Amino acid sequence: MPLVTLMVFAPLAGAVLLGLLPREPVAGTRRAALVFALVPFVLALGVLRAFHVGEADFQLLERVAWIPAWGIEYRVGVDGISLLLVLLTAFLTPVVVLASWGDIHRYDREFYAALLVLETGMLGAFVALDLFLFYVFWELMLVPMFLLIGVWGGQRRIYATMKFVLFTLAGSLLMLVAILYGAWQVKAQTGAMSFAYDRFLALRLSPREQLWLFAAFGLAFAIKVPIFPLHTWLPDAHTEAPTGGSVILAGVLLKMGTYGFLRFAIPLFPDAARAAAPWLVVLAVIGILYGALVATVQPDWKRLVAYSSVSHLGFVVLGLFAFEPTAAVGSVYQMLNHGLSTGALFLLVGMVYERRHTREIAAYGGLWATVPRFAVCLLVAMLASVGLPGLNGFVGEFLILLGSFRTRPVAATWATSGVIFAALYLLWMYQRVAFGPVTHEENRRLTDLGARELALLVPVLGLCVVMGLYPAPFLRCAQPSVDRMLARLWAPAAVERIAAAPEAR
Amino acid sequence: MPLDPGAFLGRWEVALPGLLVAAAAMLVMLVDALGRRVEQRGLAALGILGLGAAAAAALWLWAAGGTAAGFEDTLRADRYALFFALLVCAGAGLTLLMSVEYVEEQGIAGGEYYALLLLSAAGMVFMAAANDLIVIFLALEIMSVGVYVLAGILRGDARGNEAAVKYFLLGAFASAFLLYGIAFFYGATGSTRLDTIAQAVGHGGLTPMMLVGTALLLVGFGFKVALIPFHVWTPDVYEGAPTAITAFMAVGVKAAGFAAFARVFVAALGGAAASWTGLLWVAAALTMTVGNVTAVSQTSVKRMLAYSSIAHAGYALVGLVAAPAGGSALLFYLVAYAAMNAGAFAVLIALGRRGEPHEALADLAGLGFRHPLLGLAMTVFMLSLAGIPPTAGFVGKFYLFSAAVDAGYVGLVVIGVLNSLVSVYYYAGVVVQMYMAEGARPVIPLGERPALAAAIATAAVVTVLLGVFPAGAMEVARAAFASLR
Repeated sequence: MPLVTLMVFAPLAGAVLLGLLPREPVAGTRRAALVFALVPFVLALGVLRAFHVGEADFQLLERVAWIPAWGIEYRVGVDGISLLLVLLTAFLTPVVVLASWGDIHRYDREFYAALLVLETGMLGAFVALDLFLFYVFWELMLVPMFLLIGVWGGQRRIYATMKFVLFTLAGSLLMLVAILYGAWQVKAQTGAMSFAYDRFLALRLSPREQLWLFAAFGLAFAIKVPIFPLHTWLPDAHTEAPTGGSVILAGVLLKMGTYGFLRFAIPLFPDAARAAAPWLVVLAVIGILYGALVATVQPDWKRLVAYSSVSHLGFVVLGLFAFEPTAAVGSVYQMLNHGLSTGALFLLVGMVYERRHTREIAAYGGLWATVPRFAVCLLVAMLASVGLPGLNGFVGEFLILLGSFRTRPVAATWATSGVIFAALYLLWMYQRVAFGPVTHEENRRLTDLGARELALLVPVLGLCVVMGLYPAPFLRCAQPSVDRMLARLWAPAAVERIAAAPEAR
Repeated sequence: MPLDPGAFLGRWEVALPGLLVAAAAMLVMLVDALGRRVEQRGLAALGILGLGAAAAAALWLWAAGGTAAGFEDTLRADRYALFFALLVCAGAGLTLLMSVEYVEEQGIAGGEYYALLLLSAAGMVFMAAANDLIVIFLALEIMSVGVYVLAGILRGDARGNEAAVKYFLLGAFASAFLLYGIAFFYGATGSTRLDTIAQAVGHGGLTPMMLVGTALLLVGFGFKVALIPFHVWTPDVYEGAPTAITAFMAVGVKAAGFAAFARVFVAALGGAAASWTGLLWVAAALTMTVGNVTAVSQTSVKRMLAYSSIAHAGYALVGLVAAPAGGSALLFYLVAYAAMNAGAFAVLIALGRRGEPHEALADLAGLGFRHPLLGLAMTVFMLSLAGIPPTAGFVGKFYLFSAAVDAGYVGLVVIGVLNSLVSVYYYAGVVVQMYMAEGARPVIPLGERPALAAAIATAAVVTVLLGVFPAGAMEVARAAFASLR
């Protein structure tokens, strides 16, 4: 049974079915959307069951010829890295559907349909093993996100969504040119055009070619991550997006960038990646510190969380470009952590926004006393984001810093101060929001979290705890594949080229 | 050389597709004149039947090998010609479909309208099949005269009249350039047949006289397909003409123009490609850039689509620059462009009603949720025009740019993708209006305009299908262009 394909296209089928349902009653639409979002999650668990943990290579491969004239195949499969990200995506989507029950009050049917189409794009991009297919899924994510922000977003939603689209496309169109160039190089070297991932891996490119191609791929991914100074779209998009959109954006879409570096930019162009690493490490550290400092002074709660993403993703980039196995696996782990903890923070901000319709931190205070359940959930999410030992964020950041110290001690030292800053801005935010006297009368009348809200938060926060206490299975799943990606860097390029040359004849 | 009528007419079937379209035009005229108050939609159905017959003839000739040539080899039924015959029949068929209710609502005399449209289509079919500069010229005039009249067929509409006069005057001017270029080639080679010219070019390259002729031909074709700097007529004419005719111009005239353009430059002047690709490179870069940048600031969707059609001519020209590898990409792109652009214009027709065209961007406000299917279709067309997968426009651009990268024109491809980025801004602007702006302008339900609905649905389905499963159409385009020798 083509499990991976079923999982990828199940949400799309769900979106179509949703479109066929009547607009009323809204409750029916919402329940149907939840069911359609749970189906891919169940299928993702099936993929997990069928997956052999501990192997580095791609598994559950499925392939069909698609456009034979260009050697394009529909080719999907998962390895330890993509499996974890697929699980994250499939897990977060039903959570987001459930969260949006309270947030979305117009055009529900279209909202959930867009969300499901987006899920197909995300899952597809993670499992695609043909670069043309990857590009198609990559772009498929763009349109639903454009609509999610633009239709259901806040005041400046149209500005934010246009900025998001144009930034993203600016990078990905140049990546398209690079993909094309690579495919023609495959043809020049093997005689047949192909976009297959392994064919691209086998390419022999001059340092100059590598540098250009790395730049084109890297720009696309750096915008998506985002790496400083390409991050300016993110605060706007995050702030204006509806809660569900923010969660998906932070939880999964940003990971597309770091996943792209790990899957494509680094292993495909190792020499260029080595040459660019010092620069990217510096940018990552700037991002960590800059994101943290700017987050500190945000009066807007959601914007604070958005800037904290810039800082957190800086750690992931640092870990990837430290070129050290511990740091790299820490990065993969941190991708999951950030998805969960920042996702939870956005969910919580969204829940309180639904009640008060303001995101000003100053408008809150004393929530510990008035809405204790909310305050406890916020505490866990906040501490996970800070990186408190015992919660998931700690494991990821610790691994990244541990590994980075070995290869990039100076950068790692600076990055460590980012951990302290994170504690500063998050704890300060929590203090202003949850503690102190109740300064606004409205806050007294707030209702605490209901059953639906707890039902969607508890799994997310529970996973934060589990991943903080028992990271071993996740790391065991990712490590071999991460090592395999990085191994390309250590194989001296010149030697490899000579060794590969006779085969190609 | 005395003409042997038997040999001359020996392979008359090469003209069959064009003749059938022309015959349908005559039949429509006769039925309209002689029949007692025939329903106008009956005439449209007759036209579609004629186009279907022509398409069937083209398929038959394709199956028969697609190598036939007749009339002293001035007319060919090679796969290239048949490909365009099919494309023109499909494009004209779509135009007829979207015209059925439009003609009735606007009070246009259906007999004239359909007959002119079909005659013009016949000209297009012959234009793609012509292997002789004079025949190209004649076909081009047949095509153009019909469109000149159709552009101004709403006689009470001042903008339409302006469009018709402007199109006619500038078109006649451009035709003169074309004819002048033909004269230069006749002077240099003693023939107007493309294969003879190709031989001359193959022997001695382009002589100065032929070079002048080439430049003049470029002006003539450049006008018809709206390249920079021969594009100035396009926005006014596109905006002023009745929307269905605008669609016909964007789809049919452009495709036929490119058909003749590419045949002349590849089949006749291909031997001296080095001396004209540089010029086309610049024209492509300029056309893409000016078209896209100007489209950004438009507030009328129809005018925006006019500028976008200029930009798309630029993309298509990239295929000709990268010929021969890019030739099949050019053909594929013209098909994709026909589907998505005809669809977009059809949606514009659906927005309007008699006396209220509703072509401004603001008129689309809120359409997406009030008329979900119409909004979805327009979104598909806009995404496809912007080149976002999984649509025909994406695969078409990918095909073009892929060929250009292979031919070594990476710089032109970078200009092309950056232009795509600019274009996303205004195409997305349409989607923004439809889904993110409030508006309550009433639209006649598509259920009351079944033919228009069919046209939109066909265009949307083709746009998506070509985007998801392009392999078959690509193979056809490849075979078609390969026959151009």
